[in-house]
Amino acid sequence: MSEQLTFHFDVDGDNFTSAGQASVMMKKNLRQLGISPDTIRRVSIAMYEGEINMVIHAGGGKADVTVDEEGVKIVLEDHGPGIKDIEQAMQEGFSTAPDNIRSLGFGAGMGLPNMKRYTDKMEIESTPGVGTRITMRVNF
Amino acid sequence: MNTYGHSVFLDVEKCTGCTTCLRHCPTEAIRIRDNHAVINEERCIDCGECIRVCPHKAKKAVCNKLDAMDRFKWKIALPAPTLYGQFENLDDVDYVLDGLLRIGFDDVVEVSQAAELVSAYTRQYLKTDGVRKPAISSACPVVMRLICLRFPFLKDNIVQMLPPMEVAARMAREKAKREHPELKDDEIGVCFITPCPAKASYVKNGFADYKSQVDVVVSISDIYFLLINAMGKSEQIQSLSKSGVIGIGWASSGGEATAIFNEDYLAADGIDNVIDLLEQIENGNIPPLEFIELNACIGGCVGGVLTMQNPFIAKARLQTLRRYLPVSQNVLSKEEKKYIPESYFFESFPTYQPISRLSDNMAESMRMMSDIQKLRKELPGFDCGSCGAPTCRAFAEDVVKGLADKCDCLLTMREQLAQYCKEQGEQHEGE
Repeated sequence: MSEQLTFHFDVDGDNFTSAGQASVMMKKNLRQLGISPDTIRRVSIAMYEGEINMVIHAGGGKADVTVDEEGVKIVLEDHGPGIKDIEQAMQEGFSTAPDNIRSLGFGAGMGLPNMKRYTDKMEIESTPGVGTRITMRVNF
Repeated sequence: MNTYGHSVFLDVEKCTGCTTCLRHCPTEAIRIRDNHAVINEERCIDCGECIRVCPHKAKKAVCNKLDAMDRFKWKIALPAPTLYGQFENLDDVDYVLDGLLRIGFDDVVEVSQAAELVSAYTRQYLKTDGVRKPAISSACPVVMRLICLRFPFLKDNIVQMLPPMEVAARMAREKAKREHPELKDDEIGVCFITPCPAKASYVKNGFADYKSQVDVVVSISDIYFLLINAMGKSEQIQSLSKSGVIGIGWASSGGEATAIFNEDYLAADGIDNVIDLLEQIENGNIPPLEFIELNACIGGCVGGVLTMQNPFIAKARLQTLRRYLPVSQNVLSKEEKKYIPESYFFESFPTYQPISRLSDNMAESMRMMSDIQKLRKELPGFDCGSCGAPTCRAFAEDVVKGLADKCDCLLTMREQLAQYCKEQGEQHEGE
């Protein structure tokens, strides 16, 4: 079987309270597909962190999720400022989030590391001034 | 197979199929079929929202009547602390307890007394190594069922201790046997006076392997007038109440959480808020907290659908009532603090049931999901409810599952009709 399902979500850039909606909707889809709770949680955390990042840094973006018989692929794409030094950004605790964002409880520098931790594969393509594209895979 | 016994039922005669409950059900458990609501028992979490919103009073909670206690020789009442907030100008809980004795109970054991013990042991529990934080309260049965059905990952966060109602039931039985050793087990009847239908379901079903010690559940609204007429009739009121500020505080949101004596807590109420919060906790997006109190009803248990009084008024009355009480009347001794007795724990957690799964087979589920996506694009997306499903998405799911017909959508039908008329008109013109 080579069937696959795709889901598209727009992540609204200027709304903090609704950030995370795409991951909540995706969770529902995965539950309906009968995916195991553990896999659902990994996808949900990775996607949630990505959504928050797009809201904080890039003024929003889009999320495209593909489900096939082997796992879930999440592609997050934005036209934000890009990541200057990916290696540095991957370090736990490193954050460029401004103080007002931190005061909301975000920007602790755990976003990207968490996304890596909860997924089986993660690739970051980023060009400063152009945008960022993150591809993650969670295998069943 | 669903074997969960519910306490929310529909009076088909009264239901007009108006869709109000449809739109308020947090688990999308309701559909309108043949002009009346139908509850999907697998999905229902007994939250009582449909009872609250039904304009025709067609949704009902099924509890016991008080005469269900007649079969017992020794009748014990377990009043929920919410009961105390239902009466105007009540300055002493003893009037309520005395009233309960006057309407036929032989003894009264306050749930708020058990709540103080549960609070004291929860403080110990939170200090235990290996307890997953944030610990989530196990007191609201709606929240417990919601976690079982939808947030299986969070079940390890739940405080594995029995809710105060169960602890009170056990205390009541022990006390009866201690004071009246001649009584046989089946001669002792324990009656919980409930603010909500979910507690009644809990008693019916138990919790995983645990069987409830409560025999009969009567609603506050059902007992109210009988009780109020019996209150204040005794010349001398005995001092019966054994609860303080903490125990009575459990009736409203935040009461249980503040009793852990630690600032790192959160208390949320209202079923939609609870669901939002559980989603966030599952994503790990919450500050480091020790304890989370969740109540399905707005305001906490005082907001239960089987109460008489507005939840905020009830809460204000409880505040007044608590003013002259000690913080707690149930304090653990140094010896008791050493370990939490086995009888306070429940052992196992109900197994996760993937109720929203489209099919047992993943390939089949994927095919169905693909059909749902296609159909959703054709639907208007108004979520009007006319088809009998709460949202266009839910309708698309029903159609693909074979539970509804595409023509049930009024807008789709109208378009088809318009198209048909147009074609007919063109045909006539051509003639």
